[in-house]
Amino acid sequence: MITLSAYVIVAIVLFGIGTIGVLISRNLIILFMSVELMLNAANLTLIAFSRAMNVLDGHVFVFLVLTIAAAEAAVGLAMVITLFRNRETINIDRYDLLKW
Amino acid sequence: MSDYLFLIPLFPLIGFITNGLLIGRLPKPVISFVGCSTVFLSFALSVMVFFELKAMPAGLRVIEQVLFTWIPSGSFHVNIGLLLDPLSAVMILVVSGVGFLIHVYSVGYMHNDPGYGRYFTYLNLFTFAMLTLVLADNFLLMFVGWEGVGLCSYLLIGFWFEKKSASDAGKKAFIVNRIGDFGFLLGMFLVFWTVGSLDFLTVSEKAPEVFTYGGALITTTCILLFVGAVGKSAQIPLYVWLPDAMEGPTPVSALIHAATMVTAGVYMVARTNALFILTPDALLVVAIIGVVTAFFAATIGLAQNDIKRVLAYSTVSQLGYMFLACGVASFAAGIFHLMTHAFFKALLFLGAGSVIHAMSDEQDMRNMGGLKKYLPITFSTMFIATLAIAGIPPLSGFFSKDEILWKSFSSDFGHPLFWILGFVTAGLTAFYMFRLVFMTFYGKERMDDKTRTHIHESPKTMTIPLIILAVFSVIGGFVGIPHIFGVTNQFEHWLEPVMATSAGAAESHVLAAGGGDTGMEWTLMLLSVVLVAVSIYFAHLLYKKRTELATSLRERFSGLHRTLLNKYYVDEFYGAVVVRPVVYLSLFLWKVFDVVVIDGFLNGLASRYHEVSEFLRFGQTGRVRTYATVFIFGVVLVVAYMLMD
Amino acid sequence: MDITSATIDLSIIYPELALLVASFVIFVMPFFRGPTRFAPFIAFAGLLAAAIFAAGQWGSQQSGFFGMVSCDNFGVAFKHIFILTSAIALFMGYRYLVVKGINRPEYYGLLLIATVGMMVMANSTDLVVIFLGLEVMSVPLYIMAGMARRSLESNEAGIKYFIMGAFASAFLLMGIAFVFGAAGTTDLRRIVADFNFIMSNAQPFMLTGVGLLVVGFGFKIAAVPFHSWVPDVYQGAPTPVTAFFSVGPKAAGFAALLRVFAFGFADVTIMVTVFQMLAILTMTVGNIFALRQNNVKRLLAYSSIAHAGYVLVAVVAGGSEGLAAAVFYLVAYALFNLGGFAVVVLMETRSGCKSDFSELAGLARVHPYLSAILALFMFALAGFPPTVGFFGKFYIFAAAVKAGYIPLAVVGVMNSFLSVYYYLRVVKTSYFDETDKEFAPVKYTPAVVLVLTVTVIGTLGLGLFPQQLVEFSRAALFAFL
Repeated sequence: MITLSAYVIVAIVLFGIGTIGVLISRNLIILFMSVELMLNAANLTLIAFSRAMNVLDGHVFVFLVLTIAAAEAAVGLAMVITLFRNRETINIDRYDLLKW
Repeated sequence: MSDYLFLIPLFPLIGFITNGLLIGRLPKPVISFVGCSTVFLSFALSVMVFFELKAMPAGLRVIEQVLFTWIPSGSFHVNIGLLLDPLSAVMILVVSGVGFLIHVYSVGYMHNDPGYGRYFTYLNLFTFAMLTLVLADNFLLMFVGWEGVGLCSYLLIGFWFEKKSASDAGKKAFIVNRIGDFGFLLGMFLVFWTVGSLDFLTVSEKAPEVFTYGGALITTTCILLFVGAVGKSAQIPLYVWLPDAMEGPTPVSALIHAATMVTAGVYMVARTNALFILTPDALLVVAIIGVVTAFFAATIGLAQNDIKRVLAYSTVSQLGYMFLACGVASFAAGIFHLMTHAFFKALLFLGAGSVIHAMSDEQDMRNMGGLKKYLPITFSTMFIATLAIAGIPPLSGFFSKDEILWKSFSSDFGHPLFWILGFVTAGLTAFYMFRLVFMTFYGKERMDDKTRTHIHESPKTMTIPLIILAVFSVIGGFVGIPHIFGVTNQFEHWLEPVMATSAGAAESHVLAAGGGDTGMEWTLMLLSVVLVAVSIYFAHLLYKKRTELATSLRERFSGLHRTLLNKYYVDEFYGAVVVRPVVYLSLFLWKVFDVVVIDGFLNGLASRYHEVSEFLRFGQTGRVRTYATVFIFGVVLVVAYMLMD
Repeated sequence: MDITSATIDLSIIYPELALLVASFVIFVMPFFRGPTRFAPFIAFAGLLAAAIFAAGQWGSQQSGFFGMVSCDNFGVAFKHIFILTSAIALFMGYRYLVVKGINRPEYYGLLLIATVGMMVMANSTDLVVIFLGLEVMSVPLYIMAGMARRSLESNEAGIKYFIMGAFASAFLLMGIAFVFGAAGTTDLRRIVADFNFIMSNAQPFMLTGVGLLVVGFGFKIAAVPFHSWVPDVYQGAPTPVTAFFSVGPKAAGFAALLRVFAFGFADVTIMVTVFQMLAILTMTVGNIFALRQNNVKRLLAYSSIAHAGYVLVAVVAGGSEGLAAAVFYLVAYALFNLGGFAVVVLMETRSGCKSDFSELAGLARVHPYLSAILALFMFALAGFPPTVGFFGKFYIFAAAVKAGYIPLAVVGVMNSFLSVYYYLRVVKTSYFDETDKEFAPVKYTPAVVLVLTVTVIGTLGLGLFPQQLVEFSRAALFAFL
């Protein structure tokens, strides 16, 4: 029997991996994937709690989040394309025209 | 008439709007007419309401006119309302009266300035704000006026912004004043928090019940309010902006930085006397700051060569006197000196303006001299003002200053030390003022020939205000002749209703301020007159006689004038023993304390912030990963804190 | 739970629907080769309709959609703020976009969608719906920030906002998941009802969740340390968009924050300390960073951070006074901040202008009225009487003192005096600084003149007669607490 806490721990670990990914990756695409990972960690938490409490709210919520994540990804990738056209790099550290 | 009280500040506002909206489109005569007439209307109305107030029985002399409710709420109720009582009646007369004369004077003084319209726009706005300040019936509205006059002061100091020093001085005045406003605002919050109202009448009425006599709360409140007054009225340690403020046009110095705005702090303390009287500790602070500032600024005034700077330090010193009066709970004496000071100091500044005007914008007294014959009206009026500020009886300054000195000695909150410092300051005042007169109007003509050919007496628009102010400098003191001359002190009597609440509160705790020892009062009065006379003699010796001596010695060479020479030794002796140390002290205080310590501290504070800002902003690297790291740092902090509990 | 038509009461989302319809019309227009130059008019019509519907909702207490949408004065008040902001951003963009060569109808459509998102955020008592609203608001904003496709700065602003926004959303979502795990529901009213039970059962989850919610909303209101994106995004985005950013999402963030913390988790006493720390940090960091900025947009960005700090002071003060002060200040801030940006927009419609300080020099000589207006807004931002800025700050700090947070009020007052320095620099530069170049005159358009008129009248008029706005702010809290 896999307990609730196991799901939650996995979710937190996933979330942590995502966070670290955002902090250390220079590649914009990997960075996006890390953010997606964080969202999915949250989804996992929702599903786990929902299942444990035997309510459906969490499941429904996950569908909403997936939709939102898709919308975000669409916008984000469009931006990456524009940026790559203008700057010819997707190294996030190179985008530092605006500072100080 | 008092139904139209709101018109008093409204007239200058109309002038401001008219001149401001049509800036650069009106011919000069129209600008002058709008600028001056609106202030004159205020003055005329002020006179009328004054007499109406005077006709009322003494105890009922309060007219409160609520224009509309500003903040409606049960617990937080503030009106826009005007309060006319004996205190504000005196103030509106001074502000609109002296203000009107200075407006007229400006017509002549500024006639060639390209910013003529802008100048009158600001000046009218200032008058509006100042009248709002003195007529306000609550702290918040007073603060609005307070900020308004600060803004106008900033704009007018920086009026000739082409000069970097001028715009810097404006900025400095503004920033230093913020420190004071900070205190005022916090004091106001405390009043609101404890009394639950910001209305002056309500606060005065409730204060004795709400606060415990001498308690920490009331002391903190009053000291915070006093910090506001210190900033606005240029006392130690926030006085540094005032000497720099002399970069503005001279009539502005006369109006804002001598006669009206800088006295707002004194007015505020007098207005809230019901609070101050409840706390001997705060009163002591007020008195000490006042008397030390008076002494300190006077010593600095001894060594200045710029004619306006001498007057600026003199203003700081005189304001110190006013605070000394307030600090010994003799608020009426402070307001009395405020009034007479407005007359003679405005006159001195306007006279100095006339001199500067004649000297083609020269302000250094070392390049003046012998102007007496060129500028007869300016000379005679300035001489009267000098006599008045020095405290020669029976001119106005004598009565008001002597009243303060006596109160600082005899009041229950007074102390002989206060009197001694005040007494010495009176001597110093006479000295530096006569030094100014002798250096400017007597002796050798030290200006170059080009300047000399241009010297001319100022036009009538400038001299007539001088004459009127001179008349008031002479007779202004008669309204407050002290009781030892066998009459009641009219001025004190007039202000009694406003100070009545405080007197009542004080009575229960300290002995009623008695008539005191008449013989003592005569003695002290005579002493100070003697000291003033001696000081004038010294000034005469050093800045008039000696220069003549030097000239005659150079002419004759021989040792025939042994006695004269001896006298010269005497002078030298005096110089070495008395004057030089004082001058050195003065230079020391000015160069070291004033410029290095206080200025340095304030500038250092400002630049420290800049450095911090300059350093920190490179933390904003422009890289998303840095931002995410800062973000995570915040997340960890918040969540850890939440879970720790 | 019975599904009846009464629970799905469309009338409570009429304002949102009006905006959605208008935005769809704008979005589909290009496909049918429609006259896209009418897009701003359609958007304005939508906003007008929304305003009328919203005005009709004032005073009603309804909730619908199974309690997920509530329609009370608080939400309706914020609807008005959003509509005002959106309309002003619309007018500001009108000429700016043409000059900058980015005049696309999508600007107006996205503006409306973002406004819908804000309205949803302010009008829900359910965490899921609040999150949904936040995303509906954010996604259009990401696009708008990067709208000037050929401008490297705008691109960069877009991507930075996007990454940080998505990152923050993940934390918010995780927070909601934890709260859901602890409470078994995301409905704030049910959480309030069972609060003690939840806290005794699942305190760590609850507290972690609440902490992450603070982070998520802190990002939207730009509280320090979740503020780093603000200066870069504000500087890089097209100026009308920046103006919209500085007010709309911030107000929406505060609306949601108040819903969640003043209403939902009011009993989590530890929150007061957290918000107090955030308020102090936000005010101080915002002001200190602003001191040495040389770009007006960047300066206004840091200033907007500082202002979020002042509103947080009001949130800490709490109670009816504090919350009314917060609402009051948000309205006031919307007026004078948008006004300040309108002047910047006007200046930027000249060629080659990047809003650096040096470009302000000489403004007063060429445009005395415009520089006077700019000075007015700066004085309002700095909190000088008789502008509404003074009144708003006074209200906030008085509320804080009254609620007993005297040190916080002291820090706030000190900060607002510190801020005078840099606002004054703007005034000083436009009035007193010398310039070698002649100041190129700006071209007024009716739209911008309208914006300036409204904001000037609001800033001065409400400063002199704040009564209406005070009553509005109080009424907004009717039945809220």
